[in-house]
Parts: sequence; structure tokens; C-alpha cells
Amino acid sequence: MRHQKSLYAIPILFLATILFATNFNTSDLSEASTTDSSTMTIVSDDENFDKMMAVLMHKRCVNCHPSDNVPKQGEDSHPHYFGMSRGEGNLGYEATNCNTCHQHENDDFSGVPGAPEWSLAPQSMAWEGLTRVEIAQSMLDPARNGGRSHHEVLEHLTEHELVLWAWTPGIDAAGNPREAPPVPVGEYVEAVTAWFEAGAVIPAE
Amino acid sequence: MKISFTINGQPQSVDVDDGNTPLLWVVRDTLNLKGTKFGCGKAACGACTLHVDGEAVRSCSYAVKFAEGKSVTTIEGLGTRENPHPVQQAWMEEVVPQCGYCQPGFIMATAALLDKNASPTDDDIDRNIINVCRCATYVRMRKAIHRAAELTQSSNNPANQ
Repeated sequence: MRHQKSLYAIPILFLATILFATNFNTSDLSEASTTDSSTMTIVSDDENFDKMMAVLMHKRCVNCHPSDNVPKQGEDSHPHYFGMSRGEGNLGYEATNCNTCHQHENDDFSGVPGAPEWSLAPQSMAWEGLTRVEIAQSMLDPARNGGRSHHEVLEHLTEHELVLWAWTPGIDAAGNPREAPPVPVGEYVEAVTAWFEAGAVIPAE
Repeated sequence: MKISFTINGQPQSVDVDDGNTPLLWVVRDTLNLKGTKFGCGKAACGACTLHVDGEAVRSCSYAVKFAEGKSVTTIEGLGTRENPHPVQQAWMEEVVPQCGYCQPGFIMATAALLDKNASPTDDDIDRNIINVCRCATYVRMRKAIHRAAELTQSSNNPANQ
């Protein structure tokens, strides 16, 4: 009987060890992955890549990098109202185009967003539906990125006013603030710069 | 804040407290040009369409400060009773309006389209004329747009008349 009790003790001890380890890991992760508007989840070894892609996969970016030539709108990324589409030159159609409604600044009276060079990304830069690795590969591929060098991609990502608009996206027609990307702009610029300086290595996933 | 621009061919200056005031408000309430309509106020319906430097613009989402130094045309400046614009003439011939509220916006959008595309197809019309008409006068408008294209081409080439 005493021998049987000691046999039970072994799996109980093993289970307790697992529970302790699981609990320890969970509490550790919960600190590292706390998310709100100013922090982001760390999910790989390359923190800079994670921060950059958390931004680039956000709706403020992907809404204008569609895969079906239809710009997306809003927090739910619904198709742009009234059948607006890419048209020639990524600006809509000859008489009804982006600038019919979108100007160089957000318009808080109407809730229409705006920034310099408001337009869709070219078709070759379609990101909608891609994984973050696929987006990064597309971004670095001169055949798809408009022939940009790494330095030019870095400039686009960190200096282009239309890209930086994502952090000042204004309010919608109901007065609700649009959601900004989950990494603060300064932290994002630092991460993108560091990632390129480190060789722009896309992690295998 | 003083904003100067040309409207319907006439130089104009307005004083506004806020340069972000929609051009629509200035056109209607300051300049008393009531032909341009307020519809949705969020650049969706197109009732407020006018031209800025020849381009169709939804004036409810266009800050008046952006009009500085530019040429604005409203429905009042498109044509006259005696000499209507071909789009206005076509609208009358096809008896397009029902309640009429949205029609100035459609007319201005169509005039901008014909400036760019003298002979629009139905697909061109579908892509470019995306204003909203609650009376659903779309079929008559499509006929009128094609008629306006004919009138424009005739006026550009009198030999066709």
C-alpha cells in the first residue's frame, strides 16, 4: 500500500512541475505581449522586424495596398463605397478620382481622410491577404516595389507623408478617431531603420 | 483669415475664422450661391459637387483654404438661361430631374467628365458619375449624359449640326 502511494506521487510531482512551468511562462508572456495603442506583441527573435510588420499589416497601410484593385475603408476594411476602384494611374477615374473627395489633409468637418499624394499603391504592391513574410519579400523585390533600392524603400517607409499619415489618421464622419498602427511612430522609424541597417533579413516563418 | 479666389469668373475674397471651413458653406452661406446643395456632408452623395480649376470636387470635404488662388465654378456659372451648358441643355431635353435636389451635383460631375472624355461609354458613366439620386433618375441621366456628349461634339464641330 505504501509502495502504491509512492507510485501516485511521481505523476503528481510531474504534473505540479508542468503546472508551475506553464504558469511561469504564461505570466512572463503576459508581460511581454501586453498590447494597447502604444505597445505591440513580440512574436519572433527579430524585434525590429516584428515592430515594422505590425505596422505594415495594419489596416491604415493595407487598406490602400489592395489585391483586388478596390480600395478599402474604415476599421473593418470594407470595399470603398460607390464602386471606386484603381483606375489608370492608381487614382480612380478621369473625372471622379481620389482628389474629388480626398485632399492634402484630413477634413474633420466631413470625416474624409486626406494626405499628400493620396492614392492606391500600384497593383504590383498588393499586400492584402499576404503574410508578413510575403509582404516583406514583396517590399524588397524591385520587380514589385517600383524598382526601389533598399535605401529608397527605407525612405518610403519612414519619410513619405502618406505613410506617416497613418499616425494622424483623423476622425471619421461620426467623429470617431481612426485607429493608428500599434507601434508609436518614433519606435516604428527606429525599428525600420535598424532592420535595414542590419541587412533587411526576413526571418523564416 | 482672408481667402481669395475666382468664382464663376469673378474675383472674390472671403474672411473666415477657420480656413478649414468647407468651401460648400462659404459658397452657400457667405456668397449666397444656393445652387450647390448640402446632401450628406461626408463626401458620399455628390450633391455638393462643383469645379475647382476644372476638376470635380465634393465641396463639403474641401477646406476653403485650398481654394486660395484657384478658379471655382458652381452650377450658377456653368451656363445661362439664354446659353445653357450642353449638359444643362441635355438635362432639359431629357426632362431628367424629379425633385431636383441632387441634380446640380450630377450636372457638375457630368460636365467635368465630358471635359475629360468627350464620348463616355456606359461603363465610363458608371465609373465616374457615382453621385446619389434618391428619386432614382439614373436612367434619364444616362440618356442625358449621352445627349450632352452629342451636343458638346456638335458645338465643337458645327459641321456636325
